Amino acid sequence: MAELTITRSRTRSFGRGARPGRVPLPASWMTLALWGLAIMVAGAVLLPTTYLLVRTLDAGTAAWGLVFQARTAQILGRTAWLALTVTVASAAIAVPLAWLTVRTDLPFRRLWAVLTALPLVIPSYVGAYLVVAALGPRGMVQQWLEELVGISRLPDIYGFPGALLVLTMLSYPYTLLIVRAALLRLDPALEEASRSLGYGPWTTFWRVTLPQLRPALAAGSLLVALYTLRDFGAVSIMRYNTFTRVIYIQYQSTFDRAAAAALSLVLVALSLGVLVLEVRTQRRARYHRSRGKSARARPVTRLGPWRWPALLFCATVVSVSLVLPAGVLLYWLVRGLRAGQELTPLWLATRNSVLASGAAAVATLVAALPVAVLNVRRPGRLSHLVERLTYTGFALPGVVIALALVFFGARYARPLYQTLPMLIFAYVILFLPQAVGAVRASLLQVHPSLEETARSLGRRPWQVFTTITMPLVWPGAAAGMGLVFLTTMKELPATLILGPLGFKTLSTLVWSAVSEAFFAQAAAPALLLILVSSVPMTLFILKEHGEET
Amino acid sequence: MSRHIAKVMFAVLGWLLVACASAAQPTPQAAPADEAQGAAEPVRQVEGATPQTLTIYSGRSENLVGPIIEQFREASGIDVQVRWGKTAELAATLLEEGANSPADIFFAQDPGGLGAVAGMLAPLPEDILERVDPRFRDPEGRWVGISGRARVIVYNTERVRPEDLPDDLWGFTDPTWKGRIGWAPTNASFQTMVTAMRVAWGEEKTRQWLEGILANEPKVYEKNTPIVAAAGAGEIDVGFVNHYYLYRFLQEEGESFPARNYFLPGGGPGSLVMVAGAGVLESSANKEAAYKFLRFMLSPVAQQYFATQTFEYPLVEGVRTHRELPPLSELNVIQINLADLADLQGTVRLLSEVGALP
Repeated sequence: MAELTITRSRTRSFGRGARPGRVPLPASWMTLALWGLAIMVAGAVLLPTTYLLVRTLDAGTAAWGLVFQARTAQILGRTAWLALTVTVASAAIAVPLAWLTVRTDLPFRRLWAVLTALPLVIPSYVGAYLVVAALGPRGMVQQWLEELVGISRLPDIYGFPGALLVLTMLSYPYTLLIVRAALLRLDPALEEASRSLGYGPWTTFWRVTLPQLRPALAAGSLLVALYTLRDFGAVSIMRYNTFTRVIYIQYQSTFDRAAAAALSLVLVALSLGVLVLEVRTQRRARYHRSRGKSARARPVTRLGPWRWPALLFCATVVSVSLVLPAGVLLYWLVRGLRAGQELTPLWLATRNSVLASGAAAVATLVAALPVAVLNVRRPGRLSHLVERLTYTGFALPGVVIALALVFFGARYARPLYQTLPMLIFAYVILFLPQAVGAVRASLLQVHPSLEETARSLGRRPWQVFTTITMPLVWPGAAAGMGLVFLTTMKELPATLILGPLGFKTLSTLVWSAVSEAFFAQAAAPALLLILVSSVPMTLFILKEHGEET
Repeated sequence: MSRHIAKVMFAVLGWLLVACASAAQPTPQAAPADEAQGAAEPVRQVEGATPQTLTIYSGRSENLVGPIIEQFREASGIDVQVRWGKTAELAATLLEEGANSPADIFFAQDPGGLGAVAGMLAPLPEDILERVDPRFRDPEGRWVGISGRARVIVYNTERVRPEDLPDDLWGFTDPTWKGRIGWAPTNASFQTMVTAMRVAWGEEKTRQWLEGILANEPKVYEKNTPIVAAAGAGEIDVGFVNHYYLYRFLQEEGESFPARNYFLPGGGPGSLVMVAGAGVLESSANKEAAYKFLRFMLSPVAQQYFATQTFEYPLVEGVRTHRELPPLSELNVIQINLADLADLQGTVRLLSEVGALP
């Protein structure tokens, strides 16, 4: 099937002439290997959907009773509305942040670059809990305000505003990291041309820079939208009924796996809708620059007096999304220590978290590369389908993915069941789209002529891949790995269900303490989670800056 | 330089996998007796051999029951491995695993979770069942209660006087409680209480109660902990919760935490005592070790632990409750069999119909 499609896509490529992104080279063993890997990846990401179909079909029509209710449509509407608003809000925060930290003389921009990416590691139920503790109607902020100016009650944060706030502050880094990576690789030539034609920086940004960032913006926004669809922690604490909550109620209250599966399939359908929407935004556009690396330095916009509002913006984002949660955690920790609580040692959990997340990041990149490379360099129905398929699992709540792997693992892979490789496999399925999106956005910026030239100069395809393609997509690949690393650090349901027995991570420690109101016990691992995640993030961002300047 | 990137990546991947595999080995802390066997694959004993390993799926939190399981490990010499999780998710996991499950014991937060997997549980020996009042165990003998928790009203001491609280849940449908109630309709314990209402009051009165509470615009929370937090913060005046969460807050925040428990004296479905319990999987090859574990959990030592450390009610005769708690014998507890509270589906349907659940 793979070979057939390659031939077809080649014929088409000759027929219509080289469309951007298509490399009309004969299929080599390298391409075949890529196809083989990509098809395997597609098979893996289809496991959850297959499981859902099996569960739903097993139950017959009974499972669909819940789906076809008037209320379902209403909840779908609420869910979609939340996904849309969180996505827009995230883009509105991420694009200015990316631009400020890459293209301006903003003071401390590397520090801002690191700090603004970090909220991604805060688990959403912890984030929501902390926001309620701080900004609730009678939370910490209200208590300060009461002492200062006598405010006895803050407006209710629960419901839509709270869900929007928490999900935006935890998921905008998706857009930020991917857009930043793209901005770093953007060829300044077009912008220079625009400036030389007399357009101001503002017009240039809107008419030249932003349109070029579209694939990255779309990739990031897609992750944000799907993350919102599948989130359970934030919406449940903020009491906003989304589809995920309805699914959880089936597991939690009635233990009805068939109904939960049927509802999950609706979520898959909703995510397919989002995927189609995203494709529409970027069809037929070309984004690559002509050279490998930009010879010129990136243009730096001098902010002048604008640096103050810019700093205020960065500081506000960081305060709300990072300082506030970390502050509450620190307060809990100090209070607990003062009360004489002893903390459990965290070394093992830290090591487990780092190793599992690191392995997940590398494994996910390995799985993402063939999918992204084929999608960009061999565009065709199949490569496109495979790329889209990787996203279907991303909108599903973690517990659904975990149960799917329980279903297959306990039946057909007994020796691997609940071992570390299986857990890593689950992480790959859960987080693959993050890496695929990032690599793809980066690859789109690389002109295929570079690879063609190398090929025509006698390089073998794998040499081209390792010496030309990989180095050029490295920022995207690293961004993708960073995303996977950070999100694996906080992953919970799959770790609990599929991890080896006795395998504790920082996030399982946080969960187990928070769920029973041991706040001091939760604070230490949660702070460590943020701290540990900031190390690779800092190295990565410093390197990213170093490479390009 | 870049040619090496791919190589380096694969090297890193290999290293990480090796490192992780070693990380997955049981740590001394987690499994002293089982260094060589590896935690990833729970060891199945050949029948007849002395069972040395026991795998527990625990829906109860490690912070609460970890220490007492550790005591069992030390006392028995049996290596216990625990998968910690949420009761509902572990129940779903067990159902998906079926006969392939590596678990020997399911230790659940509530009877609902045990009921969901009851078909996979083996009948327990009489000597274990007999230790507990018949109300607190499965009539078919497949699971047994380990510790008790009472449904209570948590109230803010600055905004409510205990004498103003009603005797009975019905009292909260009064309009004076408008905007002052917190509840958690998705919470398993709350739903069990509603099931008890349906058994005690009948379907129609339960519906009226739910509609009455909804008319009072209750604040919705996910589970017990945030309700207690909200009662302490004055976000709500009263909340429907399990009794023991409050004592965690008093430990964390000190005696000044302005919330206390109120045990409804009316003897209605609001005066319900439920259990966390455990059962042994039919597929387990270590049933003797599993029974040993249950016997230990129902021994005076372990029951005393639950009474003093987790603030729960011991279920075995002769073990004293925590001094801050009114003893079970003083509470006007509704006389109801926990096994009669199995119709969760009906409760969820009712909660959805009145609009308390999405």
